[in-house]
Amino acid sequence: MNDLVTRKLALSHLWVAFAAFIVACLMGEYQVLERSGFIPALDSAPVYFASVSTHGVLMAFVLTTFFIMGFGYYIAATSLKQAIWNLPLAWGGFGLALFGVVLAAIPLLTGKASVLYTFYPPIVAHAAFYIGATLLVVGSWAWCVIMLVMFNQWKKAHPGLPVPLAMFATAANAMLWLWTSAGVALEVLFQLIPLSLGWIDTVDPGLARTLFAWTLHPIVYFWLIPAYTAFYVFVPKQAGGFLFSDEIARAALIVLVVFALPIGFHHLYMDPEQAQGWKLLHGIGTFVVAIPTLVTGFTVIASLEIAGRLRGGKGLFGWIITLPWTNTMVLSVILALLMLIFGGFGGIVNASYAMNAMIHNTAWVPGHFHLIFGGTTIIMYFAVAYYLWPMLTGKPLFSNAMALTQLWTWFIGMVILTTPWHILGLLGQPRRISSVVYNNLLTLAWKPYELAMIFGGLVLLGSACLFIYILVKTQFNPTSEAFDQEVEFAEPLHAVTSLPEYLNDLTLWNKVIAVLMAISFGFPILQFFFMETFGSSGWGY
Amino acid sequence: MQIEPLKQKCGNLVRDWLSQFNAMHIDHLERKWISISMLVIALMVGIITVDAFFHGVNPPSKVETINSASLHLSKEFAEDHLGVEVNDKGEIVIRMVAGRYSFFPKHIDVPAETPLTFRWVSMDVLHGVHIPMTNMSTMIVPGYVAEITTTFPKPGEYPLLCNEYCGLGHNHMWSNISVIAKEDWTAPVKPSESNNE
Repeated sequence: MNDLVTRKLALSHLWVAFAAFIVACLMGEYQVLERSGFIPALDSAPVYFASVSTHGVLMAFVLTTFFIMGFGYYIAATSLKQAIWNLPLAWGGFGLALFGVVLAAIPLLTGKASVLYTFYPPIVAHAAFYIGATLLVVGSWAWCVIMLVMFNQWKKAHPGLPVPLAMFATAANAMLWLWTSAGVALEVLFQLIPLSLGWIDTVDPGLARTLFAWTLHPIVYFWLIPAYTAFYVFVPKQAGGFLFSDEIARAALIVLVVFALPIGFHHLYMDPEQAQGWKLLHGIGTFVVAIPTLVTGFTVIASLEIAGRLRGGKGLFGWIITLPWTNTMVLSVILALLMLIFGGFGGIVNASYAMNAMIHNTAWVPGHFHLIFGGTTIIMYFAVAYYLWPMLTGKPLFSNAMALTQLWTWFIGMVILTTPWHILGLLGQPRRISSVVYNNLLTLAWKPYELAMIFGGLVLLGSACLFIYILVKTQFNPTSEAFDQEVEFAEPLHAVTSLPEYLNDLTLWNKVIAVLMAISFGFPILQFFFMETFGSSGWGY
Repeated sequence: MQIEPLKQKCGNLVRDWLSQFNAMHIDHLERKWISISMLVIALMVGIITVDAFFHGVNPPSKVETINSASLHLSKEFAEDHLGVEVNDKGEIVIRMVAGRYSFFPKHIDVPAETPLTFRWVSMDVLHGVHIPMTNMSTMIVPGYVAEITTTFPKPGEYPLLCNEYCGLGHNHMWSNISVIAKEDWTAPVKPSESNNE
């Protein structure tokens, strides 16, 4: 169903996402410059923290949520060959989410919400910031409902048949997001909005951090699943081969979704308000969730190997050379996997219950998530955009060579940015500082790395501008050349013959998640109501 | 009463799921890789769990509450009780208050190669503290006491840096700690005792 209605819906979402992206990239480059102190005229803590807060909100909440919604609508319509269920609801969700973004942007850009995208009570921002962020999430819930309804409608109409893998992943992500967003929704509705409006005098930051930790880990899988979906359903076909296993892909996605949720306390390892047993339990779960990623890596690389060999690749590594490196999707997956491997190593350090103490809240941490999110995830968002843009606009991609340049420069820029960032963390630099004014010799060792980061940010900014340029030129190209290809989903190597119902449905897993969440978050949340706690009054910044 | 049939039902259900899973087509290489992945993960989890249970390697996790708004009236964190103290058992306890924008007291002397117990509280917002190149790191959440015990192997001058966004002056929040060779360090005199004389 590549009809005009679906295309317009998807394009509107994706443009909001990429507009947020380019603004946030500009801010990112400003931030590395400001922090380095090389240009004294830029030095301003209020501007810096307004910028960091906006950069985080735009990248982590606006880019991701709108991209995932637009991508999901298009996947649902094309893989199920069904019209979008309840279009008015879809546009309503879009409008509400966009209104929320604008509402939150006003205090953010005027420095009235410099609390970073992770909120940090008892520091209080203007109420419009919290209300705007809430509306963005509520708007995205409309998308979740539509995805799950379409998933179930298709299943009812096709009893016994496996749901197309692309839609299975998208519906699983919708379920994941409903669970994920509940934690932060509780924090914002019962603590932050009432505090910012003066309805309550104090909040318990311990409870607030626990609720935010509920959201903070699975949200990264919400962002990552579209990238994994592209790995599974686009990459094998674009490389000229087959998906190694459809069934194991589903199993990996399920384990990812289920175990992404009950493990948020690895963000609270260093916090005093949770006991060590709960932290250890969540820590073990954090390692379990690495298994589906290892399995995904295997499936993707095996699928690429099949393609490489079908294209005449010989020997142990010959198939790598024969892969179509000039295909944007294939190049993206290679670069994304490289960054996933390095980012994964860093992630194991962060996840390690005790080793985490060495890097907690140092520059290592933003270095890590820029590699995994800014690297692996965003590069796959680029790949999806390059793949879908001709279908969405009906015009061929403006320039494949330019797109390849853009992907390579993004990869190189991200390596130049994140490598020194990790090293700065190991050298003890705290994260979230606006300048280095510590009266200490240690800071001399930080300088060369800060310089390298400016350069990395510059390469990334150039790459981001090129990305937007290619999309604009494609869409507004006055060419008469029409593009009428449709989305091609990868075929599995072996047709799915026997699929257990539990790998074709989400009901059971919803119950499993409910049990796991009750175990891992039940007592840690309830304890705040049983022990004597002392709330904190709100503070400015 | 009804336990047995329930147990049987659950057992059957799980067996059913497993047999359905095994009926799927799974490549032998894939099976191998999944097993290897699980083994690697089990090894890492095993090391962490053994360290936690048998070597006591745990992050700061003492769930102890305190009223951050009235620290100055509390027995433990009133101004004259801050800093380094040797308690009755001979253990060194260091009480520190974090507040925008410093850690108080601003400078402390501690001995190297000696277990030190830090007790951190915040008088205002969320803070975090770490000493670069050491494992002294904890969040300081208002309303809670963060306790961490560690040992510094090498003497030297170290900064204490705030590592959690606490306001526009966050980067100005630091203080200093001198780690002194064990034999050169002398315990500070308790202020309460000197007052009494």
